[in-house]
Amino acid sequence: MASMTHSAFAPKPHDPALDQIIKLAIMAVGGQGGGVLTNWVEHCARSNGYAVQATSVAGVAQRTGATIYYMEMAPMQEREPVFSLLPAAGDVDILVAAEMMEAGRAIMRGFVTPDRTTLIASSHRALAVSEKMIPGDGIADSQEVIAAAEIAARRFIAFDMEKMALDAGSMISASLFGALAGSGALPFERSSFEEAIKASGRGVEASLRAFNAGFEAAASGTIETPRSARAQTSAGAPAGPKTLVDQWNALAARASSLPAPVRDMALSGLRAVVDFQDLAYGRDYLERIDTVLGEDEPAKGFELTLEAAKYIAKAMAYDDVFRVADLKTRGSRFARVRTEIAPAAGAQMKLTEFMHPRAEEIVGMMPASLGRRLSASSRAMRLIDRLVNKGRRLRTDRLLPFAQLYVLGGLRKYRRGTLRHAIETEHLQAWLDLALSYRKIDYALAVETLRNRRLVKGYSDTHARGLSKFDRVMDGVALLAGRDDAAHWCRLLREAALADEKGEQLEGALKTVRSFAGQAEAALPN
Amino acid sequence: MAERSFAKEVQKLKIGEGETFTGEGILALTKALLEAGVGYVGGYQGAPISHLMDVLADAEEILIELGVRYEANASEAAAAAMLAASVHYPIRGAVTFKGPVGVNVASDALSNLSSSGVTGGALVIIGEDYGEGSSIMQERSHAFAMKSQMWLLDPRPNLPSIVQSVHQGFELSEATNTPVMLMVRIRSCHVTGSFQAKDNKRPPFTVRDALANPRSDYARVVLPPMSYLQEHDKIKTRWPAALKHICEHKLNEIFGPGEAPVGIVLQGGMYNGVIRALQRLGLADIHGDTEIPLYVLNVTYPLVHDEFFEFCEGKSAVLIVEEGQPEFIEQALGAALYKAGKTISLHGKDMLPMAGEYTGQVMLDGIEAFLKKAAPELLPARLRAPNSEEKPALPDLSKTVPMRPPGFCTGCPERPIFAAIKLTEMEHGKHQIAGDIGCHLFATLPPFEIGGSTMGYGLGPASNAAFDGGGDKRSISILGDGGFWHNGLSSSIGNAVYNKSDGVIVIVDNFYSAATGGQDILSSRADNPSKATGHPIADAVKGVGVKWVRQLDRTYDVPKMREILNEALTTDHIGPKVIIASSECMLNKQRREKPLMTKAIKEGRRVEKPRFGVDEDICTGDHACIRLSGCPSLSLKKLDDPLRDDPVARIDQSCVGCGNCGEVADAAVLCPSFYRADVVHNPGWVEQKFGAFRTRIITWLQNRRSRDRLEFART
Repeated sequence: MASMTHSAFAPKPHDPALDQIIKLAIMAVGGQGGGVLTNWVEHCARSNGYAVQATSVAGVAQRTGATIYYMEMAPMQEREPVFSLLPAAGDVDILVAAEMMEAGRAIMRGFVTPDRTTLIASSHRALAVSEKMIPGDGIADSQEVIAAAEIAARRFIAFDMEKMALDAGSMISASLFGALAGSGALPFERSSFEEAIKASGRGVEASLRAFNAGFEAAASGTIETPRSARAQTSAGAPAGPKTLVDQWNALAARASSLPAPVRDMALSGLRAVVDFQDLAYGRDYLERIDTVLGEDEPAKGFELTLEAAKYIAKAMAYDDVFRVADLKTRGSRFARVRTEIAPAAGAQMKLTEFMHPRAEEIVGMMPASLGRRLSASSRAMRLIDRLVNKGRRLRTDRLLPFAQLYVLGGLRKYRRGTLRHAIETEHLQAWLDLALSYRKIDYALAVETLRNRRLVKGYSDTHARGLSKFDRVMDGVALLAGRDDAAHWCRLLREAALADEKGEQLEGALKTVRSFAGQAEAALPN
Repeated sequence: MAERSFAKEVQKLKIGEGETFTGEGILALTKALLEAGVGYVGGYQGAPISHLMDVLADAEEILIELGVRYEANASEAAAAAMLAASVHYPIRGAVTFKGPVGVNVASDALSNLSSSGVTGGALVIIGEDYGEGSSIMQERSHAFAMKSQMWLLDPRPNLPSIVQSVHQGFELSEATNTPVMLMVRIRSCHVTGSFQAKDNKRPPFTVRDALANPRSDYARVVLPPMSYLQEHDKIKTRWPAALKHICEHKLNEIFGPGEAPVGIVLQGGMYNGVIRALQRLGLADIHGDTEIPLYVLNVTYPLVHDEFFEFCEGKSAVLIVEEGQPEFIEQALGAALYKAGKTISLHGKDMLPMAGEYTGQVMLDGIEAFLKKAAPELLPARLRAPNSEEKPALPDLSKTVPMRPPGFCTGCPERPIFAAIKLTEMEHGKHQIAGDIGCHLFATLPPFEIGGSTMGYGLGPASNAAFDGGGDKRSISILGDGGFWHNGLSSSIGNAVYNKSDGVIVIVDNFYSAATGGQDILSSRADNPSKATGHPIADAVKGVGVKWVRQLDRTYDVPKMREILNEALTTDHIGPKVIIASSECMLNKQRREKPLMTKAIKEGRRVEKPRFGVDEDICTGDHACIRLSGCPSLSLKKLDDPLRDDPVARIDQSCVGCGNCGEVADAAVLCPSFYRADVVHNPGWVEQKFGAFRTRIITWLQNRRSRDRLEFART
């Protein structure tokens, strides 16, 4: 039967009007103004004699989910065109992504193809909860999306449109609209884009500023990738009394004479520990590095000393009450807060700090011997806890609360005698000794052992949890010492420890380690 | 006050004959109702038709002018029940809610309404929440039309068709004495376009007229023996009348050539998708002129078999494009063909997937597969050959790009409630927790992961009923204020009181039906000119017999919330323990207060504006604070410091200073890196002088210390 009617079906020539349909998808995060942007584009296209159809899937009212807006347009003809209500893979001309991972999502969904798609993406990141809540570094790599975009898109325009909009006092929708206009992907004059903004009637001035910035940047075809390398910290001379600066210069010179791969890190570390305590503490630091250097070998690129320079500094510049009080009361900190909050001229600023000391912190500030006695007595600890353990809000723009912290910050001079310092030093020494003992049998394992110090961070409970993870990883490592793959497993254990808060992944990894390290589960108490 | 104001747009509803209406689908629907002389409207909000309720609310003045009654119904059941006005009176009525969950709730009333039958046209506008952007389980409203013998319209997704279907729906309803469901999908609700307007029409018979001339007829009451007669009436009278009306008025449409080897039968809502696929296959032009005949079912229930058989005439195969499952239409048409002894091949779910939205790619693949099998000669040569197009290899981004589900907004008052619950669980272990429908359900996602089920609107506490008897640890259930008034007061609270539940019920009261766009409800605190607000939840709860009630008026007080929660979990009290945690939805609050604040600052009045920040050299990059927050404004920052491995917390300028960060840092004893900065705009004279004095002394102290030590410039 099909062949009977076939003659009636000489394929119709392709309708050239179909090629005039411009298909534009906007992928955004809720709250970025995707709806406003859609309205502008629609207004602009209609004023240019186009038939337009826009749709969205704005479902729930909340502001954080991924959203998509889609529109099609074609020069108006006598009869209405039939447009699609949703984008199709391989059939999108312009993809506007209001955030870098949303650009990635668009690529994954096939909306960006080399034959047709102009991809306009803001290079900034709005981090998803899953990235932020990881105890370590869970931030997705924008470089991977950029690499994919360069293959997938016909044209790729990317720069930080979020910052551009904020600088202009506007929303990202305006700078995206500017970038869309500047890209030339739509066949409309610049003025008709601007008209659309003016017609919307709200925040016009600021929107136009952001629009212009976006337009210029896109017209020049910018692809601005996020900073890949971290800026080198300059070891510029510190400010202070001349005698101290001279001593610093001497110490810095000593650090600079270290092998080239270690130098910069050692200078950074030196700054951190001197900033934490004083120059003598800096000398202690350099001595510790020298000890490690004595055990290192140039053929390995001084990796051991490099990691030691980093993590010894972090271990020495631990976070105690004096440290927090000192940092909170510094003039430079007040200046930074002002820059960040940017109060208008003539406005004043109140500043509230959130402190919650526990008995441990109080005892940690005491002379070591007294502190040890008290912390051995659970009754004393309970009593102290009852006295101090509560949330304290300190208004550091006021004299009395400021003075409290200021005095506490000044007490750092006595830090070396405190219980906390004794505990930290013991821990540091034990860890360093262990690393150096591994060094004798396995260089790579020693390096990884030093890196495990990364697990120790945070305050109070968080700090305790970090220490416990550190200990568990180290226990696992102890089972492995001597094996060829010990360093590899040490790294895996550390990564597992950083992946979640409760340490479930670490527990799993440890189970594996125990199983092959010959210590069967059955041997453990039930 | 709803999230989106349509105050400006509703002015478009006033235009008349000869003018062109341009705008969104939901506005077009409202305009069509007015043109059709509707006598009363109502509904219950929920995506994707929330905005339709908002439009109606904002258009109330216009409605009153026309003598149209607008009711913001308490639930979908209440909305459907309102259609009872069309049973005896010749008044056109329309209600709207989302499908299928709204239809679930409404189904009792809908069944009764269908059995009774209607005199005036009764239209149920259903926003079918299916596919991308949907927030509910994936089902079809179609089944309800079938079981109740209501007619189901599924118009082509463009404004003229949607508007026309409103008129057709009323006419069909009146011609068959049957309520009609008009289904619009997510994107059709928000699709923009134009149509030729008509004058608005005053209802010829208003609800006031009805009150002046009351009627009743027990033949319409659903009681035996009338209910038996009603069933027969549906089948013997209304059904044939519907088939006749659909045919005579050509409610279904046929496009394309009269003769062709194959054809496609589709739901009206699928039309644009099918055309796009045909356009891409070179079988249709930009206007939708197609070479494959299309039988467009603008009425998807009932199906007109004769019309379908006629369409099949001379074809060797047809494809049915029917989104969702089960494939009711395909089953029905297949059975009809078989019974009629037809030999045409029927395709549908063998070419297209049984489950999931028919996206562009799915549609293209399905139709191409159908044509390859049934009429390959129609396809352009390049498509007949196996796919040889080379696609560039792309790096796999699936491990890179994170999921981005919706979550609590910046400053949301619900965040500290769940932070408190999470802290309580950290202390006392995991509890049996049931969720409900509403923004608070986002607490089931990371970082909180509180609650493991949702059984329906207002059913949170009811879904914990099996645990009402108590045990080692008390069960906890969550209920929002929207759900509370929708259904929760009786089904959840009343149920718990009567059964002497041992459970703890947390009612999240944010003053609005927030998830659906911030509509007012009974307990809203704002004055609403046409609705009664300000009825406290606590009074209602006590009214049904709850004795243990705690009201928390600032949810941001995390320690207090924890304390109350602990009390609820440990008290000896017998019966449900109800905690009402109230703070205004931050989206609504900001929308209300921000313009006022800006104005006050401009006028030189003293205004305090809070914001939080993080001291980056005190933060150690552990992110414990984020695991108790998930706030969009609390993010991370990589420092240019080689000693730092992990990014530190950072608060951006979108922070509204709700206080959660400080509260949580305090309650969980996290770390001292947070600070709150309250910017005081236009401080008074004394305040200024005093502030300057303090700053002088503080600066002097800071300089004094700087002079004695080394200070490094920070990068």
